[in-house]
Amino acid sequence: MIRIEPREKISNSSTVLIPIIAAVVSLLFAAIPLLAAGANPFVAYVEMAKGVFGSVFAISEMLTRATPLIYTGLAAAIAFRAKLWNIGAEGQLYLGAIAAVTVGSGFFDLPAVLLLPLIIVLGGCAGAAGMAAPTYLKVRFGADEVVTTLLLNFIIIIFLQMLLEGPLQDPMGLGWPQSAPILDQGMFPPLIDRMRIHSGLILAVLLAVIAHFMIKYSVWGFKLRAVGENSAAAKHAGININRSLFGVALLSGGLAGLAGVSEVAGLKGYLTADLSPGFGYAGIVVAMLAGLSPLGVLIASVFIASVFVGADSMSRAMGISSFLADLVVSVSLLCVLVGGFISKFKIVRAGTGKRFK
Amino acid sequence: MIDILNILLTDSFWAASLRIATPLIFGVLGALICERSGTLNLGIEGIFVVGAMCGWMATWLGAGLWGGIIVAFICGAFFGLIHAVLTVPLGLSQHVSGLGITLFATSVSYFTYRTALPDVASPPRIEPFQPLDIPVLSDLPFVGLVLFQQTALTWLALLMVVLVWYVLNRTNLGLAIKAVGDNPNSVDAQGLSVYAIRMWAIVIGSALMALGGAFLTMSAFDAFFFGMVNGRGWVCIALVIFASWRPGKALIGALLFGAFDALQVRLQTEMGAFVPGQVFLMAPYVLSIVALVIAARSADYPRALLTPWFKGQR
Repeated sequence: MIRIEPREKISNSSTVLIPIIAAVVSLLFAAIPLLAAGANPFVAYVEMAKGVFGSVFAISEMLTRATPLIYTGLAAAIAFRAKLWNIGAEGQLYLGAIAAVTVGSGFFDLPAVLLLPLIIVLGGCAGAAGMAAPTYLKVRFGADEVVTTLLLNFIIIIFLQMLLEGPLQDPMGLGWPQSAPILDQGMFPPLIDRMRIHSGLILAVLLAVIAHFMIKYSVWGFKLRAVGENSAAAKHAGININRSLFGVALLSGGLAGLAGVSEVAGLKGYLTADLSPGFGYAGIVVAMLAGLSPLGVLIASVFIASVFVGADSMSRAMGISSFLADLVVSVSLLCVLVGGFISKFKIVRAGTGKRFK
Repeated sequence: MIDILNILLTDSFWAASLRIATPLIFGVLGALICERSGTLNLGIEGIFVVGAMCGWMATWLGAGLWGGIIVAFICGAFFGLIHAVLTVPLGLSQHVSGLGITLFATSVSYFTYRTALPDVASPPRIEPFQPLDIPVLSDLPFVGLVLFQQTALTWLALLMVVLVWYVLNRTNLGLAIKAVGDNPNSVDAQGLSVYAIRMWAIVIGSALMALGGAFLTMSAFDAFFFGMVNGRGWVCIALVIFASWRPGKALIGALLFGAFDALQVRLQTEMGAFVPGQVFLMAPYVLSIVALVIAARSADYPRALLTPWFKGQR
């Protein structure tokens, strides 16, 4: 008989190694669907790598794709730390984007120093409100936030379609369901000429660093970790659980809202109902690969963005469906989950107490 | 108000309600079996997609309609097995594993579909399940259309409600399933394997979920589209809580939801002129949240739900 026992201490090297191994395994796994589709995996990997690192433009495209993933990854990482299951980043992203185009497309004709900050703050608030509501239902009525946030994603996207065919529709848009563009002075300044990479990335990195220090060194961060690891003990120690949860909810929702602001005011300029190809859900994978660490989110989002951009370019070159990227991303999530098990537990022979392997 | 009453009195409205409820009945029963044994299965949304894609594709490739249903069942069971291994013996986070299964199952389905049919703009159609035109009975007024002109899959769903109720409430197996979800140690003390019961419950539950997906492509429609599941899986997770984990209440919950959905479609055609259509599209999701909020306080969760159990640890 074998038995599973927890390890006394999780080694530091395993927290770094496991996500890397998970990423590599998920990439290797892609060979199976590639072979099934009749493609040469080696050629496909080379095409992917070229698409991500082949030129300055390719790298800038990859970082552009990583930008919203940093925001949604941070949103998931912070919420999951407190065991608040915010699966609603996709909807909160759209709430942020709606707020951004509402104030940014001519409602206030302010100079750039005022308009962009206003857009950022209001977008963040909209996202925060989007997570505050399900948190209230959880705290007040005990309604599971997993289900409510998931269902809210659908409600918000339908709500957005309604706005885009109604009050938010661009009067100059020839009847397309899209919003009026954000004023030039409300846009994130580009980082490199003639490329799409924009300063929303700088803000994202800044927020990741701030989140890292807040979680690690602030009282608030201590409470967050306490609530997540053992809420009963945290309560006993006098921490107001509900208040902590609301703080986490506002922060997590706000970050997800900023992902929408960054996409609409940094990249697209106007809002459509297909602004996000699932950045909210991919953010969960980013957070898990990052081991819920804000600095890890920076690295993990680059990996996930590389998979998406690389698969797109491989898809164009070889005619293989770019759903391959979603496949790799989902496998990496399952791998990192199993990896977490290996780092936390050891398998021993029952009775002897000896290590099995 | 008169309009709503008129709608509620037509047999076509109730026939539509039962039709819309069918995939939800499969889904709620599947989720109910998983959760009764102690495991939340958020893979449901992806397993719906797998069932819809595999069942349809197998039929399209010539396996026949019931062949397609069997393929969907087996594919659902396969993804359930992955979730079972990750959450039962390995005891990993049921939330994250379930979401991972949803992402994995969805992307496998989409990739397979795109690879098999790279260029088609509109998907090939199959000959779907036809209404069972039972002689005499289907000619009865009202119930004839509501009950006796449904497809075989709707009957299978109703049969499953009875079967799941019977197994859970009248057999030793059902007792064991409920016990591993409430107090796994007591089952272990009886010499039964907690691992085996929980894993089988997840596998069978997931297979049922896949049948819900298969209904969409093989009975409700006749082809597969991206995004066609559209949150039905998540609705089922809410309905299980609404149903207090009881098969009979699950049937009522699914029927209420189906009736509401059928009603909003009809109201949309009558009131579409002065209310945006999206208000009606939103309604089913809003209703699910409302149902969840109403039921949550008094919900009698299986006591060991979300709690992994390891042999030899108390």
